[in-house]
Amino acid sequence: MDILIAAILTIITAATPLLFAALGELITEKSGVLNLGVEGMMIMGAIIGFLTVNQTGSVTLAILASMLAGILTATVFGILVLVFHASQVPTGLALTIFGLGLSALIGQSMIGVAYEGIPKLAIPVISSIPILGDILFNQDILVYLSIFMVFVVYWFVNSSRPGLILRAVGDSHDAAHAMGYSVIKIRFLAILFGGAMAGIGGGYLSLAYSPLWVEGMTAGRGWIALALVVFASWKVGRVFMGAYLFGGITILQLHAQAIGIGIPPQVMSMLPYLATIIVLVLISSDRTKIKLNAPASLGKPFHESR
Amino acid sequence: MLPKLVMRQAPSKAMVYLSPVLALVLTLVASIVLFLIMGVSPAAAWHAFFLEPISTIYGLTELVVKATPLVLIGVALALGFRAGVWNIGAEGQLILGGIFGGTTALFFYEKTGFHIIPLILIMGIIGGMLWAAIVAFLKTRFNANEILTSLMLSYVADLLMNLLIHGPLKDPDGFNFPESRLFSDSALLPILYEGTRLHIGAIIALLVVGIGWILLSRTLLGYQIKVIGDAPAAGEHAGFSPTKIIWITLLISGGAAGLAGAIEVSGPIGQIVPVISPGYGFAAIIVAYVGRLHPVGVLFSALILALSYLGGETAQIKLNLPLAVTGVFQGLLLFFLLASDVLIHYRLKFTQQATL
Amino acid sequence: MIKKTLSIIAFAASLTATGIASAETKVGFVYVGPIGDHGWSYQHNQGRLAVEKELGVKTTYVESVKEGADAERVIRKLAADGNDIIFTTSFGYMNPTNKVAKKFPNVKFEHATGYKRGKNVSTYSGRFYEGRTLLGTIAGKMTKTNTIGYVASFPIPEVIRGINATIIAARKVNPDVKIKVVWVSTWFDPGKEGDAAKALIDQGADIIMQHTDSPAPLQVAEKRGVWAFGQASDMKAFAPKAHLTAIIDDWAPYYVERVKAAMDGTWESKDTWDGFKTGMVVMAPLSEDIPEDVRKMVKEQEKMIIDGTLHSFQGPIKNQKGEIVVKEGETMSDKDLAGMNWYVEGVDGTIPK
Repeated sequence: MDILIAAILTIITAATPLLFAALGELITEKSGVLNLGVEGMMIMGAIIGFLTVNQTGSVTLAILASMLAGILTATVFGILVLVFHASQVPTGLALTIFGLGLSALIGQSMIGVAYEGIPKLAIPVISSIPILGDILFNQDILVYLSIFMVFVVYWFVNSSRPGLILRAVGDSHDAAHAMGYSVIKIRFLAILFGGAMAGIGGGYLSLAYSPLWVEGMTAGRGWIALALVVFASWKVGRVFMGAYLFGGITILQLHAQAIGIGIPPQVMSMLPYLATIIVLVLISSDRTKIKLNAPASLGKPFHESR
Repeated sequence: MLPKLVMRQAPSKAMVYLSPVLALVLTLVASIVLFLIMGVSPAAAWHAFFLEPISTIYGLTELVVKATPLVLIGVALALGFRAGVWNIGAEGQLILGGIFGGTTALFFYEKTGFHIIPLILIMGIIGGMLWAAIVAFLKTRFNANEILTSLMLSYVADLLMNLLIHGPLKDPDGFNFPESRLFSDSALLPILYEGTRLHIGAIIALLVVGIGWILLSRTLLGYQIKVIGDAPAAGEHAGFSPTKIIWITLLISGGAAGLAGAIEVSGPIGQIVPVISPGYGFAAIIVAYVGRLHPVGVLFSALILALSYLGGETAQIKLNLPLAVTGVFQGLLLFFLLASDVLIHYRLKFTQQATL
Repeated sequence: MIKKTLSIIAFAASLTATGIASAETKVGFVYVGPIGDHGWSYQHNQGRLAVEKELGVKTTYVESVKEGADAERVIRKLAADGNDIIFTTSFGYMNPTNKVAKKFPNVKFEHATGYKRGKNVSTYSGRFYEGRTLLGTIAGKMTKTNTIGYVASFPIPEVIRGINATIIAARKVNPDVKIKVVWVSTWFDPGKEGDAAKALIDQGADIIMQHTDSPAPLQVAEKRGVWAFGQASDMKAFAPKAHLTAIIDDWAPYYVERVKAAMDGTWESKDTWDGFKTGMVVMAPLSEDIPEDVRKMVKEQEKMIIDGTLHSFQGPIKNQKGEIVVKEGETMSDKDLAGMNWYVEGVDGTIPK
């Protein structure tokens, strides 16, 4: 039982950065924009967040800074694809190259610098409930925030009026434009939100998950976040499920190795990727449902004068 | 007096060729700041990035060696992207090609014969196609999105390579290090220019550009690809099978990536190693788009990107610039290349009244 | 025309390789990771900086050079650029280094952790397992759960040697101790390395060891209140309490010695596999939390390893089945150690093949 709780606690930290970045990308994609630069935005969030906590000692400022770093990086993307009509796919990839380079440049003085990590925020009384208390109410602020954001994004997409407009823009920009909505403005905001969340996700890495700075420390998590949005077939609840499935299997295979089962570690390491594929296959078979959720204009440029 | 982008009546022919030049100029200007911050002269940095690497014959051949896999994969990916098939897992397909081709090369260890090299290349193609076929099958049969499956299968391919190179593929006399034997000479691609690493893969890449160009512009399949990509509904209405297009484009891009993998192991590397590609499969996505999804464009964009890699090495050697600077510089270059193409379809208009 | 150009280039290359070289020595380094990895490549770069400082020569490095087709080009470029001696610091550079060395007979090459040498190619590596022996002794003495957790990267001989050296030493002071190994299939992913450490601690390990690059496992140990050891460099800053000591890769003395030899013409090809004795492997200060008798014991072991009275792999050594592989009174040969791919008794799990 103790091991199970411990494993769950580890899974939560592994899933949280994925959840942040994937929720952000979900909103971006809902508006019809495919930003493959999540990795680049995350790593910028990671270095700026770490730099800030190192300089100011303030966790709040650090989180805000990593968010801002994500927003600024996303702004570059937004200007390129919305103002200059650059293709979204390569621009996102270029953003990742750019972000990895720039973060390494900025972070040169932070190598070897230690930080003890942001504190746990135990909610009084209920955090002492056995089993559930530790899992649910004794986490750091960012874990709570990530769960809170699941509800916010869910409500926003499914129940709010701006969410309706967002989906309209993503489904048919021409129709939304005809209805008088500013496609460019809405998409820009969606891109910035994606950047903010990726930035926080990156900040979580350098502030809480493994509180240090080393070059390229995102180690591909931005790509996983991207895949999770697809995995979720653009549904908020499934993003949550995907992040915890992926994080969960990653951790469980480590545990299985420690117990000592005779399967090669490379095969064990394949499991999170294979499981994601298999589950996607299982939930994708209903073609029409997926089509309803996928933003129809995803990846397609919008030309106002048309 | 803010400039405004106004759509042209027709795409500008001149800008098709001028916009990359403009992008290059803008990159040079913007990078002045970067290099001054890093404390090096911009002129020296530009020289290191763009001229120094190709100032020798050897440098030129290395540029071609580096660009070869990018061209091969980029051309094939462009076909898929045109059809709206998002194969972003060419990296995994390349690795499988390396495994298949490399294993073939090891199978013929210390044997001779002219059939060996064609067999290596064909097996590479088959390996890449098999990996891509999984994606196509899951997409057409189970409706599983190819962005996810192809990406996830890349990670699986990487781990599979790792598993094999620590096991059956490792050099029996190699102290259990994760590397295969060095291939026999009969399994190494012929060199085109003695004393360099320029191998026949370069010619194959050029052939692929030609084939891709003909396929896209002169065949019914090319037409179907374009129609399905631009207007899926119209395509289906015309009786084109999306399923068929998905299969064909994935097999083509998987096969090309696999071929690139086989060429890498039997060409410049000459053995199987744990990491046979520094991310060619991903870089080729950029190459395809910067080349405007046109085979000839891909050829040029692959050369530009390859040059920026070589330039990054030179900048480190000559100017002691950290690799991170190369990332930023490449990012800038790509940003400008991608943004400048706007001028093909739009023109700048300077409005008289202030826009408030 | 092309031929003529080529011969001019060749002539120019030979000029830079020999003529100018004697005037000013240039040293090149090729790293597999970024110098900001705070691990393997970072330590090699520290060695480079020491060369610059002590000998005042010009050095050049290229970082994050992948071990595939890129390596040969970069090494060759450094050679053609007039570097007199070039250090290639990852196993995967072995064949590219030797290929380039044949074309540049006047340039000296130094390849880390490989086994192929040539007239102008030396090999060098550290006997890091000597350090593991000391860690194993400390771990065996200090574990309460009799479980050591080991975060490992890839099943290459270097890593397996480290695991074995650890358990052999630990069992000498505590016959009940066991090692649990988790492979993360990466040298470098702080998050995953930390997760592996968490899994090991959750399963009862109260000492964490690692053969991956980042300090993340130490940070986890610090938070969980278990002990841990630094890797490649002193990582005490990351885990002031948990950090017991660290095995430090100190390439500086070797690099300075070899560059000096290249400068005064005494350089010749050789194989170097050095440990405590020459200072290529160094221990970080021992933590006050290690009981005094253990500290004394470890210091004693270090001395014995240096004067040759103790070897990390001296018999009797049993394999996992309990069969004696190295008899009492014998020690394993360097050749057997170099290719080690089996576990000794006391390691949980099987070696991935």
